[in-house]
Amino acid sequence: MSTSDDHAKEMIKDAAHETAAQPSRKGTVQEQDKGSGGNIILFFVLGVFASLILGWIIFPKLLYSKKKQPIDFNHAFHISQVDNGCESCHFFRKDGTFSGVPKLEQCIDCHEEIQGIDPNEIKFVEDYVSKWRQVPWLIYSKQPNCVFFSHAAHIKGAHMDCVTCHGHIGESKSLKVYEQNRITGYSRDIWGESIAGFQKNTWDRMKMDDCAECHQRTAASIEKTGVKSPTHRYIDNIINVVSPWSLSTEKGDSVQTHRDACFVCHK
Amino acid sequence: MKIGRRDFLSFVIGGAAGTALSPLPWKLMDDVSIWTQMWPWTPVPENGEASYINSVCTLCPGRCGITVRKIGNRAVKIEGMEGYPVNDGGLCLLGLSGLQLLYGPTRVKSPLKRSGKRGQGKWERISWKEAISKIVEKLGELRTKGRPHTVGVISGSDRGTVGHLIERFLTAYGSPNFFRMASVRDSYELTLHTMQGVQAFPGFDFENADFILSFGSDIIDGWGSPVRMMRANSAWKSAGVKVIQIESRLSNTAAKSDKWIPINPGTEAALAMGLAHVMIKESLYDTGFISNDADRFDDWKQLVINKYSPDSVAAITGIDAGTIVVMARRFAHASRPLAICGRGNGTHPVSLTECMAVHALNALTGNINKKGGIFAVADPDYIHWPEIDMDATAAVGMQHERLDGAGSRKYPSSRYLLNRLPKSILSEALYPLESLFITDANPLYTLMDTQDTQKAFEKVPFVVSFSSYMDETARQADLILPNHVYLERYEDVPMPFGMVHPVIGLAKPVVKPQLNTKHVGDVIVEIAKGLGGSVANTFPWKSYYSCLKETLGEKWETMVEKGFWSGSELMTQALKTSFDTVSGKFEFVDPDTGLKPQFKPVSIEGDERRYPLLLLPYDAIRLAGGHIGDPPFAVKTVEDVVLKHQDVFVEINPKTARAVGLNEGQYALLGTPIGTGKVRVHLFEGIMPGIVALPRGLGHTAYDDYLAGKGINVNTLIGPVEDPDSGMNAAWGIRAKLSKV
Repeated sequence: MSTSDDHAKEMIKDAAHETAAQPSRKGTVQEQDKGSGGNIILFFVLGVFASLILGWIIFPKLLYSKKKQPIDFNHAFHISQVDNGCESCHFFRKDGTFSGVPKLEQCIDCHEEIQGIDPNEIKFVEDYVSKWRQVPWLIYSKQPNCVFFSHAAHIKGAHMDCVTCHGHIGESKSLKVYEQNRITGYSRDIWGESIAGFQKNTWDRMKMDDCAECHQRTAASIEKTGVKSPTHRYIDNIINVVSPWSLSTEKGDSVQTHRDACFVCHK
Repeated sequence: MKIGRRDFLSFVIGGAAGTALSPLPWKLMDDVSIWTQMWPWTPVPENGEASYINSVCTLCPGRCGITVRKIGNRAVKIEGMEGYPVNDGGLCLLGLSGLQLLYGPTRVKSPLKRSGKRGQGKWERISWKEAISKIVEKLGELRTKGRPHTVGVISGSDRGTVGHLIERFLTAYGSPNFFRMASVRDSYELTLHTMQGVQAFPGFDFENADFILSFGSDIIDGWGSPVRMMRANSAWKSAGVKVIQIESRLSNTAAKSDKWIPINPGTEAALAMGLAHVMIKESLYDTGFISNDADRFDDWKQLVINKYSPDSVAAITGIDAGTIVVMARRFAHASRPLAICGRGNGTHPVSLTECMAVHALNALTGNINKKGGIFAVADPDYIHWPEIDMDATAAVGMQHERLDGAGSRKYPSSRYLLNRLPKSILSEALYPLESLFITDANPLYTLMDTQDTQKAFEKVPFVVSFSSYMDETARQADLILPNHVYLERYEDVPMPFGMVHPVIGLAKPVVKPQLNTKHVGDVIVEIAKGLGGSVANTFPWKSYYSCLKETLGEKWETMVEKGFWSGSELMTQALKTSFDTVSGKFEFVDPDTGLKPQFKPVSIEGDERRYPLLLLPYDAIRLAGGHIGDPPFAVKTVEDVVLKHQDVFVEINPKTARAVGLNEGQYALLGTPIGTGKVRVHLFEGIMPGIVALPRGLGHTAYDDYLAGKGINVNTLIGPVEDPDSGMNAAWGIRAKLSKV
């Protein structure tokens, strides 16, 4: 049976052991401290570099998977064959909706039989036309499903050119690789080629900011003329959401007071 | 060089700083937000050229014209058809959610044969050939035994070519047992037959009326043709037409009316008689009509004067005598007043005397077969088929009395009394029912006293369902031969109950049949051909399609193009001749039976001491109470004081709730003489004290998880009460009690 005295003795012994061990430990810590000042900075810089490489170079490569279009299409050649430019194939339907990427119905007039010896042509006719299978084109400009976009308002209403948003795809001889975002499933063309989001041309990106930027410019010129339709008011609201500082807001002219502001474009 | 903890931390901090300077976090954030807003597994309709197909919605008896938008082969949206005489562009919630009934999971995918016990839900897929040959075999056997009359059909409708084909089949086969689902149309048909001598249903010229007196008819909650009524109601609002709603609870209709008059439930006929009393006493009726076009007015007048003074009516109805007098004067002074009856959405009949009393009010104003009044309308006259070839077996079979007693000595003028069928099957007083076919109906859900109906079904040895959905009745069948759903089939659709002018709509396939289903019309033709002999001869058509096309004849092309046909040549005799009685006049008293419009209390079930409360079912436009259950879109719109999670709420007056000791939202056990169910209570000032109200359309046990198991089916708590004059079910409620759980 132990007493409280016994406990006290044991505790003193333990303490003595610890003091005996301490000097050697102290020595190692001091040594480390000496060399680590440089190391810390080095590792910090290494960390910065590694993450910059990861973020700027590796991440974009990982984020996008590369897909080939089912058939390599030559826009430049086709545009020389038709009379009405882009709208020959990418036309407006009778009800004003935009047809987008052509269906077989539009190709069949010329391509019922193989034209020439191009392997893409042979593949197209044999695999799709003769089996009446629609070509599963990968659409570079496909917007998320939560967005309404009216081609008619922009082309017919505002007389915009296709190139403004789609670039010079009409002059291309072959289709570029389709880079699909692994998270969202949409094409890289929406965010833009530059991972940082820089753009040189209007067609480099197709994000909401880009819509707003153009609308802002247009709205500004409209304000000069003093014409302001309800549509323009909605557009102002969109700009308000994107960059609240850019428009001179009158009293009560806010997103909250103008209903449907977001729902002009978003479902 | 040794790498220590600090180096590592420094590397991580450097990494974090570098990451913040790289596009990685910002781009990831953007992508993740796009991903979460558009889950890849959420179905998205195909993008493409839109096409539109006109058709007719047959989900309820409202029969609205619809325009369905399609992208490619997929139907993506249902809208009301512009210019359709019934709904002109409008559509109700159920109609809008119809695509879920086309593409939803609750459909029967192919013909099924029961492989377990009845109702166990075990099925074996069979081919159409096998399914039809099974029926042919069974029906052939019954016919050979000389018992064709033991075959019955329950159908949602007896109109159009499908209804006629079924009746034609039964007649040629030899059974009188065709049953139509009951509704207030039955009460009106019998009333028009009794008082005007015509076989017709009423057409109400709501669009031209200038005063509406509704005896419990929920005008904007599904009565008549729901969309037409909603439009009429809006038109009344802008034209200043007054609507008086007489009802025990503040329904949507009551809330939107100009005056809501709460009444002791079941005493509507007494009020009608009281109004007649004031009109007669103060000579506020159309004397021209009464002296020239009416018969036996004085007989009835005596009864009205002697028994229904405002004071005595006030005692019955609980409505102040002064109010009754004012109401009668307002009604009489209007130039085109209309009185209508049929509680809730009119899916259940009212007693014959009640319907006659309300109709007599219209007669007093002389507003019969006149602009803004009530017309006797018969089905458009376009189905002209060759005579039915009846052999001796069929002739003998047809001689038998109907199992429901309609047309019998007791109820000579009633046409269908489905409410009496379960008792008749169970008692076997006449003969057993050996085979039962059900189409466009779900009697095991919609008939009052579900338990009794279930027992009756169990006694029928061979039950066949034509349901497109796995509903309560289909689950209890031996064979299911799924019909195409309404968006997949052709069908002629005569105008709905309440319309004045004749219209035939054409329901067209909007999409190809999605599953292995078959048109019920084709099945009938094939069964008839399988039976051979005179039955086969009665069906000279190759298919239902050829039968329909031939029947519509020259109208076909127009109907395919326009979606409907309307024209005065469709009007039948009933509309042209006002009164086809012996006297040639409007009869205030039935010349055969001496029955007068009057108040005969319907003795509802239950002992007042044991069951101190009254339970009333009610209808709401957001809950489909008919044979089609609410699709998920519609269920989502039901308020959470009606349905919350799996629990249904009964409406109860705060006073009554206090007496019972219940608070808002509390659980309670609702008991009636025929069943009990667990409910929650919702305290509502808009319901008269002593009454609890439960919505129709909940408590499904079949269909899918979006509908089944939510709330309780009010029909499991209420039993039918037979109207002694017509045999129809005149139950408007039942005695009940609420106890705490």
